Formats: sequence, structure tokens, C-alpha cells
Amino acid sequence: MSVLVNAETKVICQGFTGKQGTFHSEHAIAYGTRMVGGVTPGRSGETHLGLPVFDTVRAAVAGTGANASVIYVPAPFAADAILEAADAGIQVIVCITEGIPVLDMLQVKAVLADYPDTYLIGPNCPGIITPGACKIGIMPGMIHKPGKIGIVSRSGTLTYEAVYQTTQNGLGQSTCIGIGGDPIHGMNFVDCLKLFEADPQTEGIIMVGEIGGNAEEDAAAYIQAEVSKPVVAYIAGVTAPAGKRMGHAGAIISGGKGTAGDKFAALEAAGVTLARSPADIGVRILEAMQQRA
Amino acid sequence: MNIHEYQAKRLFADYGIPVPTGQPAFSVEEATRQAQALGGDSWMVKAQVHAGGRGKAGGVKRVNSLEQVAEVAGRLLGTRLVTHQTGADGQPIQAVLIETPTQEIARELYLSMLVDRSKRRVAIIASAMGGMDIEAVAHDTPELVLTRSIHPVTGIQAHQAQELGFALGLNKEQRKQFWAILQSMYQLFLAQDFSLVEINPLIVTGAGDLMALDAKINLDDNALYRHPKLLELYDASQVDEKEDVARRFDLNYIALDGDIACMVNGAGLAMATMDLIKLHGGDPANFLDVGGGATAERVTEAFKLIQSDKKVKAILVNIFGGIVRCDLIAEGIIQAAQQTGLTLPVVVRLEGTNVEKGRESLNNSGLRLISAAGLTDAARKVVAAAGGQVA
Repeated sequence: MSVLVNAETKVICQGFTGKQGTFHSEHAIAYGTRMVGGVTPGRSGETHLGLPVFDTVRAAVAGTGANASVIYVPAPFAADAILEAADAGIQVIVCITEGIPVLDMLQVKAVLADYPDTYLIGPNCPGIITPGACKIGIMPGMIHKPGKIGIVSRSGTLTYEAVYQTTQNGLGQSTCIGIGGDPIHGMNFVDCLKLFEADPQTEGIIMVGEIGGNAEEDAAAYIQAEVSKPVVAYIAGVTAPAGKRMGHAGAIISGGKGTAGDKFAALEAAGVTLARSPADIGVRILEAMQQRA
Repeated sequence: MNIHEYQAKRLFADYGIPVPTGQPAFSVEEATRQAQALGGDSWMVKAQVHAGGRGKAGGVKRVNSLEQVAEVAGRLLGTRLVTHQTGADGQPIQAVLIETPTQEIARELYLSMLVDRSKRRVAIIASAMGGMDIEAVAHDTPELVLTRSIHPVTGIQAHQAQELGFALGLNKEQRKQFWAILQSMYQLFLAQDFSLVEINPLIVTGAGDLMALDAKINLDDNALYRHPKLLELYDASQVDEKEDVARRFDLNYIALDGDIACMVNGAGLAMATMDLIKLHGGDPANFLDVGGGATAERVTEAFKLIQSDKKVKAILVNIFGGIVRCDLIAEGIIQAAQQTGLTLPVVVRLEGTNVEKGRESLNNSGLRLISAAGLTDAARKVVAAAGGQVA
């Protein structure tokens, strides 16, 4: 078991024949992901990377039975690409694209309320991977190892740190989800925690948060009430000055709210094990797992 | 991106939001000329900088003669204004706004709209306690700060405007004006991709009319591609010089006060690296994310940027090569070091794709690089290299 994606997941790529889409689809295919085709308007009938190209997501779903899609289209067109995928019945939509206007995402979220069975991951995220089975996104496959830890993170390279540390200490990962750094995005921490709690393969959970917003505080309340598995959390941005935008549009501290200190405190009060240093994420989850055993 | 008050007020006027009559001036002569053209016997002279708290810092003056207009404009223009929202160096004043003062202010209210990320809606924030720091009002008297979410299908609903109008103690005519201002603000917000619009204070004049006495607008950087006219309002003078250079090379850089520079791929890891430096007794000099597609050229530009900060005593390079290969990053570091005549100690932590090849070329480069095995080791070594006490 794993969450959201596995070896059976049939994946298409929107923006398939572009530079990003081509590069990352090649890597996904090499990893063993069941890529079944792609979408580039005006290119239907062509074959790219040995797979069929379609004009629309609807045609791609009809032609391949795809149930997941990864989006690499440029920011001005990405919001529409997400809604096209939802409208065509795709269940897991992974949007890698960075730089989508926030008001576009506000509309996307309002429309997605009409699609309760659709999961949106991202935008501005590394994607999702079930090690050894299905890689959808831009993460380096070789640092992962099939195993017990579910990882959910707002940041890309920081996810890789958590992955690398749990590969090195032998725990491995069930599924890793990068939910993205934008202020308005798809799945949040609570959505992912719910799936990890229900997944028998996942025995422990790592969540990597950062300053800004209150998603970590919401996650803390949820963990306290609903999560029985050990959780380790790290929050980036203790040293970030208020009101400065640190790379992720979401990582801004406004009005004294959403500081790393607030988030650490809320998580600790909820019984979550804290990793104060990003170098200790692997050690802390290993300790937490051993204590539980 | 931020814009100036006079630019924000022009947008307000375009959308029918009442603002005082005024014009910007970029020299003392122009200030006098604008005041003369406005007429009357008194004027407001307002320093135009991208920061709040201008009044308390002496950047806003009411004057009663053309001589005084010239005197105050002359004192402000070309200097730097330090407010509680700027750094210690302040922001340069390159323009002043000359306005006709409001004869009588009966009340000062607060009104803003911003993207509420947790509700995924545009929110309205209003308060009867205008003209002061709204964050302090929210902290001390949260019941006096009212918020409403705008549904994207309906826009602002009439009853929401009514509720707010009554809560602000507005009479019938004022509620009508308030409703018009709310609708214009929201139209502007959507049409121009704002992330924040703030009127503080929104005044009730002696005659009982509403007017925006100040205007603050933040724009969504991600949406600027569809607003070329707004992009023209970008004022590099109001941005840290190094941050401006970074913007041109597509690097994500923010200057901080410490002496240990860092260069990292990925925003989250870059923040984590700053935290790690602090945790081990050092002080980060910057946030710098070279991005996922770090090339040798961008690494070189990043090194130049770091070295232009004279406070910097040591550099930490922290790269987790995913799609980016470590051997390419290593080449970039070597090239940058050679081109920029690097003299500062550099601690390098490389991990990920082709890491062995990367480390090998760094070791064989003849450069004075300190290689680190892991995050903690890297942080300790760079704190020591900067002459600090390792914690």
C-alpha cells in the first residue's frame, strides 16, 4: 500500500512535448512510472518518447484510461490546465508549474469544490512519489527507498533532505508528497496526514513546514485529535525577518502571525516530536519509531 | 512589488475612489509649481517611499506658504527617510506628493482588502480605529477589527457592505459612498492582481463625505506579466541594490544583517540553511536561492552578489543536487571563484546526483575550499571560518 499513487497509476503529462515535460517524463519512464501519454494542443497523432500525444486531456483519458496527470505548462496557462484535468475526470492532478498568479489559484480552488474526488497536489511543488512504484514530478528518484515513512512538505529540496536521511537510516518512505510553497495550493498538511494515518504501509510521518500561513497550526490540531502514528516536524524560517518574501510566495510573516516559533510551539503542544535542526529529521523519526515499538 | 502613494491614488481616481487633489514633484521647483497650480493657501508635502510610518518619521508636513513648500520639499528630496518599517539606512526620497489638505477631518477609519490564504478568498478588513497601526489595534482591541470574506461568484454582497457600514457608524449617505468605494476597490483588486490594498485612514470629511487620505498597494509579482503598465511603475531605488541585481539575474536574494553568506538551491533549504547557521552560533548575511536550474553563469552571478556585501566573512554553499548535477555545480563554483578572485573562506556541502565527481573536481581545483560532510558539519565549519564561536 501507499497513498494516492502506486505501480498501477496511469499517468499523462500536460505540456508533454515542451522542454520540462520531455525531460521529466523521460526520467519518470526510466524510474518505472506507468506513463501512458501526454497532451500538447495541436499535436495529436504524434508519438513522443514512444507514447501517444493528444490535443486535450479528455481525449487522452479516453485513449489511455489515465487517472493521474502531471502539469508542466507555463504559469499563464497552468490554472486552466488544472481545471481541464479535473473536468476530464483525472483523480490525481500534480502541478509542478511555479509562478501562477494567486487570484488564478483562488478561482481554481473555488471551482475544485465541485470535484470532491479530485486531489490537486501543488502548484509550485516537486510532486509525489511512491518509491519503487511511481514517480510523478521533478524529485531525484535514486535518493528514495521503499519503506515506512510518509513525508509531506511545503518545500522541494528540503523534502529531499528528509528523504535522504530516512533512506540512509534504513526506514525508507511509503509515499512523499510535496504540497508546494504557494499561498493558495491544493492538498494541505491535514489532507495528507489523513491519508498517511489510514495507510497500513505508513508507520511514521515527517512533516516539513515553513513560515507563513497557519497550515502547520491546523495540522497540529488535527494530529492531536486524529493521528496515532508518530509524527516528526521541522519548520524552516526561524531566522526569517518579518514581511520579507523568502522565495516561496507563501513564506511571508504578516502581522506577527505564522512565525516558525508559533508553529513549533503548536506542534509540540500536540505531541509532535520536533526536529530543531534540518540535519536531525532522520534521527528524530528513528527515535520516535523505536520508542513506539 | 510595491508602488508609491501617488501612483496608487491615480489608480484610485481612475476607479472613482475619492482622493485629495494632488501631483507628484521630483524637484523643489516642480514642488512649488505644483503647489501654485493647486492653488489655495496651504498644502501637504508627503515623502514618497515604499514604507509606512512616514508621518511619525517627519516625512509628511502641512505647510502654509509656497516658501515653506520649497523648504520642506528641499529638506526631503534627495535624502533618506527612516521609519519603523525601513532598515536603519532608510529609503531614498526621490519624489514628494503635493496635495490640497482636507480642511476638516471628522473621523478616521481603516479599510483594506487582501488575499486570505487560509480561507482562499479575498478578505475585507475594516475598523473604526483608522489613522493608526492596524496591527496594534488588532492586538489590543481585536473586537474593533472587522473582517468579511468575498465569495468569488458573487463578489461583495450588499448585506456585507451594510453590516460593515453600520458597524463603522456610518449614516445613510456615507453607507452609500462606502458601498461604492468597496466595489471600486474590489474591481481594482481583481483587474490589477493586487495582493493588498489599504486605505489608512479612510476619512469622513467635515462635510460628511468619505475620502481616501492615504493609499497603499502591493501587487502580485506572479501576475505582473499581464500588467505591463504596472511593471513600468517598478522603482529600483526603493529596493535593496543587491536585491535589484538578483532580480535581474533571476536569483532569489534577500539581504540580512549577519556575516555568513549562503548560497543554496531551493527556497525551503535556503531558509533551513540560515536557521542552521544561527543554531550553530553564526549569523546569516543573506537568503539566496539559486533555483532548481542552477547553471555555472548563475552560480557566478550569485558569488559576485555575495561578495559585494562587505560584511561577509565566510560563505556556505549548500546544494542538494536533484535534477541539478553536483559536478555541474562544482564547475560553476570553480569558474566563479576564478572569475571573481574569491578570497573569502568557502565551505561546500554537496549531496545528491554525481556528488563524487563534484567533490573530486573541487578537491583538485587548487581553490581554498573547505568541504563538509553533512549539514551540521557544514554549519559548524562556516561559523568557525567566520571567526565565530561554534555552538
